[in-house]
Amino acid sequence: MGSITLKQVTKNFDEVNVIKPLDLEIKDGEFIVFVGPSGCGKSTLLRMIAGLEDTTSGNIEIDGVDATKTPPAKRGLAMVFQSYALYPHMTVRNNIAFPLKRAKVSPAEIESKIANAAKILNLTDYLDRKPGQLSGGQRQRVAIGRAIVRQPSAFLFDEPLSNLDASLRVNMRLEISELHKSLATTMIYVTHDQVEAMTMADRIAVFNAGIIEQVGTPLELYKKPVNKFVAGFIGSPKMNFIDAPQNENANVSCIGIRPEHLTLSTEQGTWTGTVGVIEHLGSESFLHINIEGKGTVTVKADGDCPLKYGDSIFLSAPTDKILKFDKDGLTIR
Amino acid sequence: MATTNSRTLARLMLLPSVILLLAWMIVPLCMTLYFSFIDYNLLVPGEKEFVGFLNYEFFLTDPAFFESFFNTLYLVTGVLLITICGGIGLAILLDQAIWGRNYVRIMVLAPFFVMPTVSALVWKNMLMNPVNGLFAHFAIWLGFEPIDFFAQIPLLSIIIIVSWQWLPFAALILLTAIQSLDREQLEAADLDGAGPFSKFFYIVLPHLSRAVTAVILIETIFLLSIFAEILVTTSGGPGYSSTNITYLIYTQSLLQFDVGGGSAGGIVAVIIANIVAIFLMRLIGKNLEG
Ligand SMILES: Nc1ncnc2c1ncn2[C@@H]1O[C@H](COP(=O)(O)OP(=O)(O)O)[C@@H](O)[C@H]1O
Ligand SMILES: [Mg+2]
Repeated sequence: MGSITLKQVTKNFDEVNVIKPLDLEIKDGEFIVFVGPSGCGKSTLLRMIAGLEDTTSGNIEIDGVDATKTPPAKRGLAMVFQSYALYPHMTVRNNIAFPLKRAKVSPAEIESKIANAAKILNLTDYLDRKPGQLSGGQRQRVAIGRAIVRQPSAFLFDEPLSNLDASLRVNMRLEISELHKSLATTMIYVTHDQVEAMTMADRIAVFNAGIIEQVGTPLELYKKPVNKFVAGFIGSPKMNFIDAPQNENANVSCIGIRPEHLTLSTEQGTWTGTVGVIEHLGSESFLHINIEGKGTVTVKADGDCPLKYGDSIFLSAPTDKILKFDKDGLTIR
Repeated sequence: MATTNSRTLARLMLLPSVILLLAWMIVPLCMTLYFSFIDYNLLVPGEKEFVGFLNYEFFLTDPAFFESFFNTLYLVTGVLLITICGGIGLAILLDQAIWGRNYVRIMVLAPFFVMPTVSALVWKNMLMNPVNGLFAHFAIWLGFEPIDFFAQIPLLSIIIIVSWQWLPFAALILLTAIQSLDREQLEAADLDGAGPFSKFFYIVLPHLSRAVTAVILIETIFLLSIFAEILVTTSGGPGYSSTNITYLIYTQSLLQFDVGGGSAGGIVAVIIANIVAIFLMRLIGKNLEG
């Protein structure tokens, strides 16, 4: 069991409002990702759910029971911190055993739970080391191990991968996804990296300045962003925004086209531009093309794109892939 | 300082100060060693003859030596105990977000700035005096017989005075250590179901072990040579009940103008200090390693 419902929750730090009234329903067993730029209140909301931060107003319900005032330990949630927050003077074994000992679990059961967690997380050989003698990825696993032995009703992750290097991050991403599949426990995962959000989430909540802009599956957010912020935040490289052409409806102030939906042609197209920097990635290339009077757009093209810096080129996009935004940034359907 | 060149240069530049410090230490030590082996009394002019270990024999076989040796140990351990336990408590209190805590922190530090003689005098005349002292008034108000601190519990009284002086030092070092504790560790412990006591014993105290070690080592060095507080309050009495080694050297030698005996006592004190230092480093020195 691990459904969490937020009802009109807000958070103020001494008069400064950080979370505006916010509703969210997290279903049991779901992997939900909170994504948004730095400082938009994701961590604060996660800490409120964990009970580490008071809720200024509104209610947090866990499994249908109001837990707004419940102390952290009683909520049955486990958190993995960005800094890992391992206990540095304890061995890995004791770190993982710590919550079990506090809960007065019998030594034999502790032993079997540690062995089990160590096996899942590949930590068996490191149980007698201290955190200081482990690599970043191993520390991360210990932090996860400490969380899973408690068998919480939900896991909370606060940017757990941001201290790891890029290749390790990809591995850990997979491991966490796999862990979610095997445990089938609710997970709330905070990140500022939309790639992590897109690859791991069942559902994504996009945050901006203390509000949730949109909640939906990764593909919903990609295909039908409700506004310009979500459209620009989801997808890599970022969506191109161009001022609306003259012939458009007066409501439309701006249009958005994803780099992968723009096609290049040497003969004809909607726009003309000059090729700028080309980023070759092997499997694909990103071209930065300067359109006269409209600014620079990014185009995703084949890996063996023959164009060179300074070439003139025509661009076009299928009309059903072009998003239209009004002057408030809302998507027009 | 990576290349051989820069390292050699660094050593050369350090040389003058190292030589100066060495001379500063070695010269008096050698002179003391020399004096401790001769019969040298300021009241008896004439030949200063070599007497071997006679000065040491006199000092070490004096029954007062053992009493003052143990007094020294009691004094050091007593003050360490009070300042470490009190210091941890005070540090935790000062770490709380109380109103005006910056001012409170400065005020807590105040006793450290008071000279030992002055603070001992204040304690002797204003607090512990059996007739006029604050404690005496308080005892009478409660209907008790006032304690004559320096007659009844002389050593404990000195321990209390010295602890009062060193408590701020311990509290301050421990406070900075507590402040360097990662808050997320405490939050993780919160989530793991640790109560205040578990958090203190499993998270805070282990984190403080290094700072506690530093406080013990630094304080021990100074506490072995407590002198002014004894001179001002009890003068080592009654009998030898509040005499420590430092004070014994003073009474046995300087009061009798016996330079030879005093020097022997000084060397004994140096040896004791070194034994204590080695003992402490063995016992807790590993806490200081990274
Ligand atoms: N303890 C605090 N006191 C005051 N302001 C805070 C505190 N914690 C966070 N904030 C502010 O709240 C906002 C949201 O922070 P946070 O939730 O950490 O953002 P992020 O989305 O990057 O995790 C930031 O503007 C931050 O400055
Ligand atoms: Mg954050």
